[in-house]
Amino acid sequence: MMSRGRFRKTALVVGLSFLYLPILSMIVFSFNNSRLVTVWDAAHSPTLKWYSALLSNGHILDAAWLSIRIAAVTATLSVVLGTVAGLVLARFGPFRGRALLAGLTTAPLVMPEVITGLSMLLLFVALEHAIGWPDGRGFVTITIAHVTFCLSYVTVVVQSRLAGFDDSLEEAALDLGARPARVFFSITLPLILPAIISGWLLAFTLSWDDVVISQFVAGPSASTLPMVIFSKVRLGVSPDVNALASIMVAVVALCVVCSTLWMRRLERRRQLEEQMARAAGG
Amino acid sequence: MTLARLKEILAGEYGRRVVIGVPYAWLLAFFVVPFLIVFKISFSEVRFSMPPYAPLFELTEDGAHWRAIFNLGNYHYLIADSLYIATFAYSIKVAAVSTLICLAIGYPMAYAIARARESTRNLLLMLIVLPFWTSFLLRVYAWVGLLQNDGVVNNVLLAVGLIDQPLTLLYTDFAVYVGIVYSYLPFMILPLYSNLEKHDLTLLEAAADLGARPMTAFLRITLPLSIPGIVAGCLLVFIPAVGEYVIPSLLGRSDQLMIGRVLSDEFFANRDWPVASAVAIVLLVGLLLPILVFQRYQNREIEAARR
Amino acid sequence: MSDRTIDRGAEYVRIEAVTKRFGDFVAVDQVSLSIKRGEIFCLLGGSGCGKTTLLRMLAGFETPSAGRILIDGQDMAAIPPYERPVNMMFQSYALFPHMTVARNVAFGLEQEGLAKADIERRVQEMLEIVQLRDYAQRKPHQLSGGQRQRVALARALVKRPKLLLLDEPLGALDKKLREQTQFELINLQEKLGVTFIVVTHDQEEAMTLATRIGVMNKGQIVQVGTPTEIYEFPNSRFVADFIGSVNIFEGSLVEDEPDHVRIRCEELDAPVFVSHGISAAPEARVVVAIRPEKIGMSRDRPTVTDNVAHGVVKEIAYMGDISVYLVRLDGGRMVRVTIPNTERQTDERIVWDESVYLSWQPAAPVVLST
Repeated sequence: MMSRGRFRKTALVVGLSFLYLPILSMIVFSFNNSRLVTVWDAAHSPTLKWYSALLSNGHILDAAWLSIRIAAVTATLSVVLGTVAGLVLARFGPFRGRALLAGLTTAPLVMPEVITGLSMLLLFVALEHAIGWPDGRGFVTITIAHVTFCLSYVTVVVQSRLAGFDDSLEEAALDLGARPARVFFSITLPLILPAIISGWLLAFTLSWDDVVISQFVAGPSASTLPMVIFSKVRLGVSPDVNALASIMVAVVALCVVCSTLWMRRLERRRQLEEQMARAAGG
Repeated sequence: MTLARLKEILAGEYGRRVVIGVPYAWLLAFFVVPFLIVFKISFSEVRFSMPPYAPLFELTEDGAHWRAIFNLGNYHYLIADSLYIATFAYSIKVAAVSTLICLAIGYPMAYAIARARESTRNLLLMLIVLPFWTSFLLRVYAWVGLLQNDGVVNNVLLAVGLIDQPLTLLYTDFAVYVGIVYSYLPFMILPLYSNLEKHDLTLLEAAADLGARPMTAFLRITLPLSIPGIVAGCLLVFIPAVGEYVIPSLLGRSDQLMIGRVLSDEFFANRDWPVASAVAIVLLVGLLLPILVFQRYQNREIEAARR
Repeated sequence: MSDRTIDRGAEYVRIEAVTKRFGDFVAVDQVSLSIKRGEIFCLLGGSGCGKTTLLRMLAGFETPSAGRILIDGQDMAAIPPYERPVNMMFQSYALFPHMTVARNVAFGLEQEGLAKADIERRVQEMLEIVQLRDYAQRKPHQLSGGQRQRVALARALVKRPKLLLLDEPLGALDKKLREQTQFELINLQEKLGVTFIVVTHDQEEAMTLATRIGVMNKGQIVQVGTPTEIYEFPNSRFVADFIGSVNIFEGSLVEDEPDHVRIRCEELDAPVFVSHGISAAPEARVVVAIRPEKIGMSRDRPTVTDNVAHGVVKEIAYMGDISVYLVRLDGGRMVRVTIPNTERQTDERIVWDESVYLSWQPAAPVVLST
């Protein structure tokens, strides 16, 4: 019989390999010279030719630029709306319609994308039919659709962060003479800033990554990067997508590792300071 | 309006309503209203026009009266054609099996992370979350290369001598399971972890003190206490998996589609918006219960954070 | 126990028939109080008795469902928390975690739009008073519990409020620190002349701090008085039981004179003689409350006919300064007696299972209506 420690370690190693080996294989094959993705051309590899092919592919670059713009606007709008929603749910106490708002903000978290995509498109078609707006579909419609599902994630993140803080902090500020708007900007906002930042990143990633909803609400003229990738890979493997994937993994890994190290340093400093305070007593 | 006046408004009861109203208005306009439209269209008939459906209310030919056309035909069509029933059943099966596999892989991992030393715990969590930040689409695509007949998996198996001939892995149910489990595993692990991490370890010591062996203690203490985490993780995998579109499109069979693909095909290929809407409504109604259960869990989690 | 001199100043806070309902639950029920300038008034009660809700209504975080609150003669109804001449010290301290000690203390003054130099000066003065000058640049998480408590106090007092509300001000401190801080708090209050309203569930804390105590139960004020009055002359069984420990006997009035009464209790052999008159109907059922420290214990029968009982010692708890004896009377009733340990352990000491007589002075019992 396996000891418990060994069992846990095995579970982790197997599980993490399952998560990482596919990504690793993509990275490896992005340096493969052969067009046949699966055959390693040892003679001429590693090569950077797929990376240069990628960077000279105007179609992909345009799509990437559109995706970045949509993701940035989506993330910013989601953060504003999601923060307000999170604040309302966590701090405004009971009000009529609170349960509905709570429901509406959590539903998109699990809603199948095809349903969200279809319903958004039908709304835009009906709106265009009725009032002539939105005139055609593209950047604006994709962004609206993305904000709608991203704001739920931001709401949950902000709401949980607020729930971890005592209401009395805001009450204390009121008690010391700060008006509600001032309380929000000098107390609440600084406290939830980490949640707002991670909410922004989350919304950016979700928007950047979305293919199904975009496919519904994008017009024929607008293609986001995932839409381009999707139509490419539906036809089978293509090595330049491997290169693209590798770049994205590298960027993300760099960001996540840096931010984690940074957060950990902050945390460690905080712990140290707390220990010192305890040692000092008083 | 002076700035002071604006401040006054924002501070008062009126301002409170404005603040509540902003996210409310957005969600009503872009989440609730779209569903009502889908609901409405699911009762109309196809037309060769733009938009390609008949209005529910239209003027009679003489122009004197309004006529409501309330057409149940689309729903009848879904029931009558065995294709749709089979598709629904297949989607639920795929989602359910994938969920169970996720649980089987995710539980031990979540457990191992929750019991790891605190310093390694954060690193492990980061490793679980990291793939989530990279493109979902590209991670599914990675499996196309792995599962092909001359793909990495087959090559390795051939080289080791486990098989003589390449297995057909891609475009099978197996590939879909792999794809879903692979993409959704973090969603299983995270709620499980956040539950398991909160367990009071002295409970296990108490159980051991009272004579329970480790396995008994796990089955009688840890497992029952982790049920909320299991439920949340399973719902977080199951609900989106039922409507999954990308994974079966890239990895799945072409003779048996999942419901998300059928919906999209009805819409884009057949341009039958009413039937697509009816499919969406049926799917939504079917998922309503799990969604409500998930919401209850989610709200309780947030309340619990209040302490 | 001696009460500190009460500054019989003018009325400062007036609470008129204030009621607060949360749905069907009545948290505060028809409370009326008058609190004078310069008092330390303690609201004392168990959890859920409505004391914190009352405090939050004074601060303006809750609106009364009925009744009025006047501070310095001004009706507070339409005044938001940030415009009230009142500051509060929160139970959790509610120190802003992202600001230094100095910034925390300065926050309230900044809201008043004072000049920067004035703010700086007043913050320094205040930190001096609470002995935290060296900690001005620390963040709250770098402080110990006692230091945090002092920052919270400084932050509230620096605005020079006429009225300071304190919600369980010492609740988060350990016992030793709590005792020391109690006296610091009193000194500070006397120096600054601020009116304090303190909410606490800890009767010892209330006794030490308060000039007057309002005991609350189920949303109502059941008794208001100085600590001595509350302890020596509780007006109800609830107050007698809640403040300190007490032996309670039920009985009926057998002799009712203006200067004394005699009560027959079923659980006591001898009648209870009380050396002051009470207002009750003849033959009425009454409750007699006797504090454990007011009961004497001896091996020999005292030469009295009233106020005596016989029993057997069943439990002894040595507490250091005192010992607590549980004595079973002949009728079966357990009585609690505390005896100060004035001498070192001697053989004279009464031990387990000894037969003893309990007796008390005629002034000791308090008669309560049932």
